[in-house]
Amino acid sequence: MMRNNNLKRREPLTDTQLLLTITICIFFAMYGLAMLVWGGGFLRFQQVFDMLNNNAALIIVACGLTIVMIGGGIDISVGGVTALVVMSCIVHMNNGGSIVTAALLAVGIGLCFGLVHGFLISYLEIQPFIITLAGMFFARGMTTIVSLEPQKIAHEGFKALMKTKIEIPWLGYVAKKGNLIPARMEIGVVVALVVLIVVFIMLKKTRLGRGFYAIGGNSQSALMLGVNVKRTRFLSYLISGLLSGIAGFVFMMHTGAGNATNAAGAEMNAIASAIIGGTLLSGGVGNVIGTFFGVLTLTTIKAIVTTSGLRDPWWQSITTGAMLCFFILLQSVVLSQRAKKKAKAKELLKE
Amino acid sequence: MAQKKFNWSKYSQLMLPLISILLIVVFNLIRDPSFFSVEIAKNNVGNTVLTGNLISILNGASELAVLAMGMTLVTAACGGQDISVGALAAIAGSMFVKVLRSGEITVGSIILAFLCCCAIAIVFGAFNGTLVSVFKIQPMIATLVLFTCGRSIAYWINGGATPTVESPLINAIGSFIPGVPIPTPIIIVAICGILFALLLKFTTLGLYTQTVGINQRAARLNGINTTLIKLLSFMILGVCCAVAGCIGVSRLGLINHETLLLEIEMDAILAVAIGGNALGGGKFKVSSSVLGAYAIQALTITLYAMKVPSTAVKAYKAIVIILIVVIGSPVVKAYFSRLWARLKKSGKGMEAV
Amino acid sequence: MQNDIVLSMRGIGKTFPGVKALSNVDFTLRKGEIHALMGENGAGKSTLIKVLTGVYTKDAGQIFIDGVEGEVSIRSPQDAQKAGISTVYQEITLCPNLTVAENMFIGRGNDVLVDWKGMEKKAGAILENLGIPARPKQQLGSCSLAVQQMVAIARAVDMDCKVLILDEPTSSLDDKEVEMLFGLMRDLRSRGVGIIFVTHFLEQVYEVSDRITVLRNGELVGEYEIENLPQVELVAKMMGKELEELGELNREEKPEEDTAAPIYEAHGLSSAACTNPFDFAIRKGEVNGFTGLLGSGRSESVRAIFAADRVTGGTVTMNGKTMKIQKPIQAMKQGIGYLPEDRKDDGIIADLSVRDNIILALQVMKGFFRPFSQAEAEAFADEYIKALEIKTASSETPIKSLSGGNQQKVILARWLLTHPKYLILDEPTRGIDVGTKTEIQRLVRKLAEEGMSVTFISSEIEEMLRTCSRLIVMRDRHIVGQLRGQELTQSNVMRTIAGGAD
Repeated sequence: MMRNNNLKRREPLTDTQLLLTITICIFFAMYGLAMLVWGGGFLRFQQVFDMLNNNAALIIVACGLTIVMIGGGIDISVGGVTALVVMSCIVHMNNGGSIVTAALLAVGIGLCFGLVHGFLISYLEIQPFIITLAGMFFARGMTTIVSLEPQKIAHEGFKALMKTKIEIPWLGYVAKKGNLIPARMEIGVVVALVVLIVVFIMLKKTRLGRGFYAIGGNSQSALMLGVNVKRTRFLSYLISGLLSGIAGFVFMMHTGAGNATNAAGAEMNAIASAIIGGTLLSGGVGNVIGTFFGVLTLTTIKAIVTTSGLRDPWWQSITTGAMLCFFILLQSVVLSQRAKKKAKAKELLKE
Repeated sequence: MAQKKFNWSKYSQLMLPLISILLIVVFNLIRDPSFFSVEIAKNNVGNTVLTGNLISILNGASELAVLAMGMTLVTAACGGQDISVGALAAIAGSMFVKVLRSGEITVGSIILAFLCCCAIAIVFGAFNGTLVSVFKIQPMIATLVLFTCGRSIAYWINGGATPTVESPLINAIGSFIPGVPIPTPIIIVAICGILFALLLKFTTLGLYTQTVGINQRAARLNGINTTLIKLLSFMILGVCCAVAGCIGVSRLGLINHETLLLEIEMDAILAVAIGGNALGGGKFKVSSSVLGAYAIQALTITLYAMKVPSTAVKAYKAIVIILIVVIGSPVVKAYFSRLWARLKKSGKGMEAV
Repeated sequence: MQNDIVLSMRGIGKTFPGVKALSNVDFTLRKGEIHALMGENGAGKSTLIKVLTGVYTKDAGQIFIDGVEGEVSIRSPQDAQKAGISTVYQEITLCPNLTVAENMFIGRGNDVLVDWKGMEKKAGAILENLGIPARPKQQLGSCSLAVQQMVAIARAVDMDCKVLILDEPTSSLDDKEVEMLFGLMRDLRSRGVGIIFVTHFLEQVYEVSDRITVLRNGELVGEYEIENLPQVELVAKMMGKELEELGELNREEKPEEDTAAPIYEAHGLSSAACTNPFDFAIRKGEVNGFTGLLGSGRSESVRAIFAADRVTGGTVTMNGKTMKIQKPIQAMKQGIGYLPEDRKDDGIIADLSVRDNIILALQVMKGFFRPFSQAEAEAFADEYIKALEIKTASSETPIKSLSGGNQQKVILARWLLTHPKYLILDEPTRGIDVGTKTEIQRLVRKLAEEGMSVTFISSEIEEMLRTCSRLIVMRDRHIVGQLRGQELTQSNVMRTIAGGAD
């Protein structure tokens, strides 16, 4: 009988942990490099907070998408839904709605999309890509129906909310004139971090969360093990829809304006962040912490590209595409190497 | 038995797009009986040309029809779709413009430019194809890479500008050849259609593609190089993107990397689906997809004619897509066949009573 | 002794459209025994298991389980689990991306939160108790297949199962892993769990089982104590022949010249699926056979010849010249044809027409830029539809709407059309009606007389004896004997298959 359970042995990394580690290392290596080479802005904490301020909505959207992807699906409607929420809420508030009803509207729109997507995908068993692509088109089309003209928020209370910033003096820096400029963080970032922590705990600690991993790992097995596969899949899309709604509200708090092209390409940025963060496209492997670092990595790349003098706008998306390609290939290679290693070990055992 | 019985089953796949087109036509005729009238008019250059909604549907669907041909092949072989066709067309279009602007525009330089843009499109197509066939990544995810950065690459090719190309020759490609009343893009689609027909007739591409799409293991055991067939389908789609990109550029006489064939990937996929081709791969019919493309354009033009703003057309299209896939979903089909069986049964029960 | 019985199935019947899969089968499982369920292909053992686990609903009969009053109704896998019946399948039905502990507890209970500490502690205790070399925190996918299987068993045990069904658990394990699994099975037996063990491996049956139930053609042959049933008799029972009558069934005379040079010769051939290198040769006009029970490696061997799996080693000589055969297309170019065992997954192109299915292989050999014209293809298809009497509405009909036997004939036509010098037929007669079977056998003899070399594989020994002039016998993935000429009797074959156990 083997009794190695008593020994404090370090477990080898799970796939999720391995990919997460790679991402975090790459992020810190890249950021470190940026600090060494370009210094300046990269040396200030405000740089990190700016990244967060600008990408709070993206972090929320990417969290939802990570859940869907862990469950083995995909949701590319998230950017469209975000844009629709922004436009609807602004029009609502400019026509005399309150902040509370606007928030409810945001959540409601998100849930509606999630509901329809989840139903069609998990209960009618239609390919998620087609459904959510149609969802994205519908949302983008509806945005222009709500208002073709760009809208600016006129609600005073909301404007005040937008301006509210949390100041953290001890992370600030001393400007040239000698006065201390504290690090500033928007409320949206707080929302994003709360969402991140809630989703993290849900994925780690709840039955539902583990259910997402199970259906993504092998839905047939999950069914045999007694997981309600259809309901779990449905809920993954519902949560993603809900988070898109919340993201829309946060996006609005950052920009304060609605435009038909709001959050354009957010879905692709979110997918790219999740992939870079180590979420496997085939499902079952991933983590929102990784996604968080995925967003930061992506933003850092963009910051580096801009700082290093490649100011032309195309460089950002070309580097994003290249990074995406790199990580897709990395995943493919890392995991197939692992499988090969296992097979080899078995063969050696035989001999 | 009749010697040559007309084989309905061979053409049954064409029914779905034909019915879609018919519905749109009937709807329009009721709404406005003169909707499909074709007139002969003189355009601003002085050519005698055909005009009317019918012509603008056929003309406007040209790029889509060409892309739908290639998309059908990729769908059949790989069981997935390429979402980077719009971006790839933009890259090809940029290359086209760049080569044209490097010298005087003559017929020869246009051919050279076209060959260059085909070459670059094939290279990028092969890139997508490699990710799919060698690294076994799902097509939609693999093509996400190019979808993300393709338009930026297009922008980069022309150094961040949206240059114009002005020449009567380019104009002839984009609108009318002097003396020919039919818009040139329609003629280009016809040529592409013929080339495709020849390709399928004089090579075994059709048989191989279907075999790979239906049963990859069996295809391998029968000596087919499945990797190569998938790669080839992406390269052919690349050529289609090049053609579509050139038509798009010639229409406007300029390349705008942001707006050229924007969001056409969804329409191309939709054309394949309306054409009755299984999105999961297998049997395909290119002609059916082309009809699907015309059905979509007819729908779009109808929506425009009904004063729906161009930006909102997407929302209506999305509803049509959802309806089509819901009706086509196996679960819904099974439900209705059960319902039908029960109705039949209860009907019989009634008779017995 | 009545109390000892945990499960009894009485008069079970199950009919599928056109096939009687089970008729009046009884099965009894006692507490603390390992009960092997044996039978060749189509004997009905998997149907019986599926009836028991609720995948199929039975048409007739009753099931009783210890501790449950009266008859038990099992309509779904969940019902079966509630009744205390757990199944561990050949393919692992766990999630490889989760940890060992999670796999043991997911989908059970109704807590909203997951108690990782408690779960891991409990899992650790169970694993240690059963002596399973896995750690609770380990990712399941990083365990060997055997351990994964054992984790599945541990889960079942922890769910208070009374009946544990192991459906071919050893087919993808190596010897050491099998030993580990058997240790666990014996341990469970001593704890009073009733285990149903389904396998093809005879030696494994004799190693762990207490009792054997044999099925054949959906009917019960009998239930035997392991001591009372020697291995060779078990084979006879599975094949449906009594040992005494075997000797008499002598085959007709077949000419054999040892002088002809081999048309195909392989040395030390191995592939990804067939890891034990083997030697093999076949002469012009010879019909040889690979025999052995299912899973003995006979299919893997012929697949290696055709390079259907990745070839990993060995040299091949054809007509005296050394050849490189790494891909199916190379084998085809050398004149080798292969009719695969798995008709549905490896053979037919379901949605394509009979005509396209027939011309496929020849078309591939002819080349990409030289397609057959409609007329040529039509002529080929018509010729073979007529020659093999394929029953189809027309050559345009999709192959999937044909019956199994006719589908098989289409695949056969595909390879005959290439005029191979050497044709491999892996189970060409499986699942098809008797008439077609004899047709195919006759065809094989005829082809051989015309000078084609054929390798013929079948689960039915009689059929093999009738068609082959030489038999290669395999057991547990090794060639254990070659029989030819007068040695070719059924009892000889069975003795060789069963091995020197008695």
